[in-house]
Formats: sequence, C-alpha cells, structure tokens
Amino acid sequence: MAYTKAKIKDLVDGKIDRDTLHTMLSTPKDKERFQIYLEILQEQVDWDDPIILPLGPKLFIVQRLSDRKWVIRSKAGYDFCDWDQNWKLHARIRVRNTAAQMEELYPRLMAPSPDWQVIREYFCPLSGDLLDVEAPTPWYPVIHDFEPDIETFYKDWLGLAVPERA
Amino acid sequence: MNMQSEVRTRGIVRGGETLKEHRDRLMEATKRTKHYAGLRTMELRDSDPIKYNKLFSRLRAGVVDARETAKKIAASPIVEQEGELCFTLYNAAGDSILTSTGIIIHVGTMGAAIKYMIENDWESNPGINDKDIFCNNDSLIGNVHPCDIHTIVPIYHEGELIGWVGGVTHVIDTGSVGPGSMSTGQVQRFGDGYSITCRKIGENDELKRDWLHESQRMVRTTRYWMLDERTRVAGCHMIRKLVEEVIADEGIEAYWKFAYEAVEHGRVGLQARIRAMTIPGKYRQVGFVDVPYAHEDVRVPSDFAKVDTIMHTPSEITIRGDATWRLDFEGSSRWGWHTYNAHQVSFTSGIWVMMTQSLIPTEMINDGAAYGTEFRLPKGTWMNPDDRRVAFSYSWHFLVSSWTALWRGLSRSYFGRGYLEEVNAGNANTSNWLQGGGFNQYDEIHAVNSFECAANGVGATAHMDGISHAAAVWNPEGDMGDMEIWELAEPLVYLGRQIKASSGGAGKYRGGCGFESLRMVWNAKDWTMFFMGNGHISSDWGLMGGYPAASGYRFEAHDTRLKEIIAEGGAIPHGGDTDPEHPVWDGQLPDARIKRDKQAITTEAMFKDYDLYLNYMRGGPGFGDPLDREPQAVADDVNGGYLLERFAESVYGVILTNAGDGMKGVDTAATEAKRKAIRKARLDDSVPTQDWMKGEREKILAKDAGLQVQQMFAASFKLGPKFERDFRAFWSLPDDWKLMEADLPIPSYGREYSMDISELPDVKTVQFVEE
Repeated sequence: MAYTKAKIKDLVDGKIDRDTLHTMLSTPKDKERFQIYLEILQEQVDWDDPIILPLGPKLFIVQRLSDRKWVIRSKAGYDFCDWDQNWKLHARIRVRNTAAQMEELYPRLMAPSPDWQVIREYFCPLSGDLLDVEAPTPWYPVIHDFEPDIETFYKDWLGLAVPERA
Repeated sequence: MNMQSEVRTRGIVRGGETLKEHRDRLMEATKRTKHYAGLRTMELRDSDPIKYNKLFSRLRAGVVDARETAKKIAASPIVEQEGELCFTLYNAAGDSILTSTGIIIHVGTMGAAIKYMIENDWESNPGINDKDIFCNNDSLIGNVHPCDIHTIVPIYHEGELIGWVGGVTHVIDTGSVGPGSMSTGQVQRFGDGYSITCRKIGENDELKRDWLHESQRMVRTTRYWMLDERTRVAGCHMIRKLVEEVIADEGIEAYWKFAYEAVEHGRVGLQARIRAMTIPGKYRQVGFVDVPYAHEDVRVPSDFAKVDTIMHTPSEITIRGDATWRLDFEGSSRWGWHTYNAHQVSFTSGIWVMMTQSLIPTEMINDGAAYGTEFRLPKGTWMNPDDRRVAFSYSWHFLVSSWTALWRGLSRSYFGRGYLEEVNAGNANTSNWLQGGGFNQYDEIHAVNSFECAANGVGATAHMDGISHAAAVWNPEGDMGDMEIWELAEPLVYLGRQIKASSGGAGKYRGGCGFESLRMVWNAKDWTMFFMGNGHISSDWGLMGGYPAASGYRFEAHDTRLKEIIAEGGAIPHGGDTDPEHPVWDGQLPDARIKRDKQAITTEAMFKDYDLYLNYMRGGPGFGDPLDREPQAVADDVNGGYLLERFAESVYGVILTNAGDGMKGVDTAATEAKRKAIRKARLDDSVPTQDWMKGEREKILAKDAGLQVQQMFAASFKLGPKFERDFRAFWSLPDDWKLMEADLPIPSYGREYSMDISELPDVKTVQFVEE
C-alpha cells in the first residue's frame, strides 16, 4: 500500500487520520516510505545538507556538503560527531539526582528515588532542545544506542545509491 | 551359542518413530539446513496454496473459538473477564503451529513442557496414549510462573501421535506461602506453591480421582481451580475434535505437511518482516527494576534475602544484512532470593507477545519466529538461572521491565524508516498487583489477585499519545474488568476509580496514564493484603527526548474509624489520591495508621473491615521533547485529569489561563516566552557530557553509590566479563579498581554456589538458547 506525500506528512506532523493510520498498521509496509519521509524532513530543516537517516525528531545523520563527511546533526544545526560515534558524548547534559529535581517532573512519591535511579537529559548545545533522556542507575556508562549499517540498508535492502562519504 | 538381536520398538509418532527420534531428526535437519525440519521448500504451500491457507484459517479460527467458548466455563474473573488464557496447537515434536489470542507467551512454554516429556522418555513411562491428559506448571522447565497451569493433550490419528494441543489459564492461587497467584513472601521455589511436572492426570478423557482430590486441596481457591481446569480440558478437546474434522476433510497427508511447513513459514515470515521494517545494525538499551527487600514490611523467612538489589538487563540487538537477528543479554544480573526469576523459555517466548504488537502483527504466531532468532542468555542470570531453588511466582516483574527496553531499540528502526505508526516508547511496568487473602464475604477461604493492571498506560508513539488505562504487554487484549465483578470476587468495596494524573511520562507525545482504585475492606475476616510493583525505579524510559513513566508508591490506611465517620455523616476518602504531594485523605482520617511511601513491594499485612488500600496502575513512557507538545494538548490534559496543573509549566512550559467553567486554556505568548526561558535554563544548568563524566568517574573511584547500585554492577561484572570490560574502558578505570560482591557489607548467597536442575538424576533439560 502506497501513501501520498501529504498523508505521510500528516503522520510526521502528528495529524494522521485514523482510517489511514489503521491501514498503515494493518497492511504490508510501503517500501518507498523512506524516501518520501526524507523529502518531508529535509523540507523542515533550515540547512541543505542531505539527511541520510533520522535518529530522532530533531536529530539526524547527514552528509555535510562542505566536506562530504557523514555527521550527526541536530535540527538546530549543531554537528556532534562522526555518524558512527555516540553523539551524547558531545552534547550537554543535566543530571537529575536529587528529590527536588525529580519533583519538577513528577509528583512526590511518583518520582524515582535518586539513590537508585537518576535522570540524564541530553541537550542540543545550540537550541537547548531535549534530544534524549536516559534513566539509569548512578555510574551507568552513556549508552551508544544505535549503530546503523547504512550501506547495507541503502544498497541491499532499499536498492538506493549510498550517499558519498568522505 | 547365544543369539542376540536388537528388538526395536515401534514409536508412537506417525510413521513409527519414537518422539525422541522424531524430534532429533527434525532438530538435526534444522541445524544442518537452517530451515525448520530441513524444509528448503514448502511443498504443500507452494503446490496448493489455497488448501494451505484453508488449513491455516480453519485451524486458527478453531483455536480462537475454543478460547472464547471455553473461557465461559471459568468462574475466575482473571480468565473470564481478563482473558488470561490461551490455546496452542503443536506438531508431534512439540513445536507450535498456531495459537489463539490471549496470553500468547505460552506459545513456547507449553511446547517446552512437551519437549521435556520427549527428552525424558515419557513415551515409555508414564506412557503417552490417545485421550491422556497431562498437567504442567513447572517453571524450571519453561513455564513463566507457577500460576500458569498447562493442560496438554496428545492428538492421535489411526493409532499414531500426530501432535498435541495445550491450554493454559492463569489461576488465582497456587497455594504458595502467601495468598494470590504472584505472591512475594517466599524466596525459594519451595514456597512458590503447587508445582507439577508434566504429570499424567487423566486417561480416556477423564481426570483421575487422586489428582482431583490432591490438587483441590493444594490451593486456596478450590472452586476457581477446578473450573479453570475444566476450561482448559474443554478447550483442548474442542481443538482435538477440530483437528480430527480437518483431517477427515483434507486428508492426513495435507495436515501432516502443514504441521511442519507452518513453522518454517513462521521463520521465513519473521525474516521478511525484519527486512521490511527495520534497519540493519546494532541497537543497545537497558532495563532496570528495584527489589527493595531491606525493609521492615518485607517479611521473608531468610535473612540473606533481606537486601536491596536491582535487576539489570542490558541488551544488544544485532540485525544482519541477511535480515537474521541476534539478541544478546550479556551483563544481566544474577538470579536472586525473590520471586522474580524467569526461565529462558518464558523470557524468549514472551518476547513474541510484544513482537506481535509491532514486528510480526500476523495471525501466524508459532515457533518459527523462535527458530529465526538467536538468543544469548548467559547461564546464571535471572532469566536463565543455574539453581533449582529459585522462585518464579512473579517473573513478570523483571520480564516487563526488561522488554520495555526492546521497544525502544526496535522503535529506532521504525523511526528511521518513517514507519512512525509502529514506534512505541515502551510498555508500562504492569503493576500494582493487589493481592491477599483470608476469609471472604462468603465465609470461604479465599485469595485475591486483582487484574485491574491488565489496563496500564501505553507508551507514546512518534505521532500520538500513548493510550491511557488500556493495555498490558503480556496480554494484547488487556481489560481492567468491571468493578461490579471485582466486588463479587473480592471483599473490597470501591470508594473510587479514576485516571492517575501525571503517571504517563512527559513528551511531545505523552505516555498513556494509568489509573487508581481505592478499595475499602468490607466483610472480610482474618484478612491480609500486600503490594507488588516498581517503586524506587521507573522501568520505562522515554524515547528520543520523552521522559520515563512515573514510578510507584503505596498507600494503605488501618484503624480508619470510617465506620464512625460514615455514621456521623463525615467526609470520607473517595475518588483518587490525585496529588500524593498534597494528600487529602490523610486529613479525613486523623486517627488512622497510614503507610504512604515508596515501598511498593510488601508481604502480607493484616487488614480488617474499613481499612483502605490504593491500587495504582502505572503509566507508559513519553516520546520527544515536552517543549514541542502542542500547548492546547497540555491544557486538555489538565482539564481531563491526566496531568497535575503545576507540571504544565515546569515540564511543558505551558502557561495556562482560565477558560471558564473551571477549564484551562493557553496563554500563547506567555507560553512561547516560558519555553524560550526553559531552553535557556537547560543550557545554563547543563555541562558538556565529557565534563560531567570526569566527576562521575571520581564517584566510581570512590565507590560513592548506594549498596544496591554497587551490588548490581558487581553481580553483572561476574556474569558478564564483556560488560565489565566495556564499563572499565568507558570510565578509564585503573586495574586496581575492583568491585566484588564479596567485599560488600550485605550477604550474597548464591554468588559462588549453585546447583542446576540438570544435575538431578535422570533429568535431561532442553536448552533453547546460547548460554
């Protein structure tokens, strides 16, 4: 089942109608979704460097036009690191590890106990956008959560040309 | 001269193989060819696809019909209201062909029991005959927890075994140390209640009298137990009859081929879905949950169990270019002295419950998916224990808290490809479990196990909020049940039932909220109750900027004087504990003994009439930055009781206005300004991650963390050498930095000494995963 770009944009914008949503959930996936999705996302950012893979609503692997390097970039335009590195190590972090900080988010008694669990917020250094939240125990290493095999994905799974990489 | 000749007994499987020969042949061919049973081609499916699909549709409809019909026999609301049952059809080797709706974790668990019978030669003793009935609930060979009772019936055709059918229900009580099906008081299997290992309990379609007499007195809730058993037997016999009819119509050859091709079809189908929906690569995530046992209200028999610990399940999903995949749980923590351990089969089989809700949402749920997946569960971990003493009664506490992380991993795939409709930030920690027992309103020995938490909040997606009070990961058809039915089943009157505000994790799309019920004990005698859920830790992280769901707490009130307050016409607690930071009920009960704290796991406490118990069902995690949430949606949340008003500003940066009729609207300009200010404050309050790491490293070097955190890491280091290497490398720790459980000032029984069930005489266990 294929969908129009307008319908996929509705999905991206959180405005998809329920009938189409049901069809999307209950029928085989539309392989061409990926390219249409990238087009929509590209139109929503202020830079021209091509998005290779979205990692979050405001986080992408992009091909930097100036040097053809693949980098991880925020929507606001901050380049964190090479595409295969852990971007969180290059972000700004705030750790909530006191009851008072937890109770800004949750009512008392419904918040985690800081000596068991902390909340780590990772921000874009340019915009202050919250890009990820980790909630591990103290001491926990920063998780490198996703290492995509983009070449296989593009070439073998989707039959697309792999963007040039410096 | 002595003449010796080999006498070969004809086996019971169609064609003359013994069950063991049959399974061995299939497994060898599977291993050799990488296709189930060596089926490189699916002859029936390819040559006569109409017949193949007809067989599938008829059998699948039949097992669903058997479930829907048989559940009406049960009296237990767990089965009849919540649908906590499932029927599965197996081929002769014990591999599932197809399954009904319901608690489909058992697609693998009953198969594990059949395989145990096969590997331990039940064929020769006690014998497997047409019209036999077997019962199993042994968690050491693959069951999830002892309250899931399996009834297993062999299916014969013209004197030869051609398959099996299994039915499972979640019973209300197993006669464990404490009442309720998932009790907390015991710390070893011997306290988990009645345990049955693939026992022959019936012949010629009739249950044996010694079984009926023994089993009914091994549990507290005899009537529910017996009607549950009739439910399972009736369903199994319906399905057996269906198979006989299908064979009469389509021929045994077609059925026989179908019974094996369907499994290969399931395996191939999984691979196709992986390629269609995911992205090759590596995904890493982690799950935690608290086990707060060093507390006076956790009364367990053994001092060595009175420790605070943390369940730890890191996972790495590898999706390869050929669309095969591997799930590795290196670094997971050791089994423990509590009731939350799990067998490898319940861990792996249960994963399909969640995968059917996104990756493989088809009707063809069978063992094919398991054959298409490589699991690595290190031996000695909580999900693959190496000791036969471990207890299992609430294995779900750890299972759901581990699997919620897998949603996040897979959702990165779906998000990357644009399949936003499949993204799910995670499930809820499916609790609280209201349990207890004593004499009920009918003056009978009773146990209660409210299944209201079959309707927790759901995690947010990437395009809409999670659904509130809607589902539980272990039963895709979750339902909170009718209050009137629960009041019939429990001597507990409802004083309120409402949405639990702020229980869903914040986000651009918020997690679904749970709900809460306030119950007053009424007409009970010698009554007890306890709590079971997460408290110090929220198991369910958010995704891509979304926050975790709220964690749990308990509220119980004793000596309330409610009888007098009601007689005097005074105000009484009702509705919900809307804002636990500013409680209302406590002031209405000035003389009561109230327990209101983070101790969300307790053991049996005494309750009497007019005492109160709050049953709080958890919410799901959120997705995306809360500052990107539509401001009016935040106002709607406050108006609808999903969000406490003060968090509109502190979490979402939304400045509310009075919109009339007590409703809230949005001050758009002030909201814009507030959000800008919050973004600035985020940057002001934060530091570069690498700077923070330097300080955190110092804490690690100084061993500055709670004992429960240190115990968790030490236990994971011992079982997961790679996890320890990665940890040491990440923090650049010197060689002389060591963290050993033996050095911690708390007991760690089981650390060095354990004895697996496979060490018992004449026992052959079946290994389903890489260890």
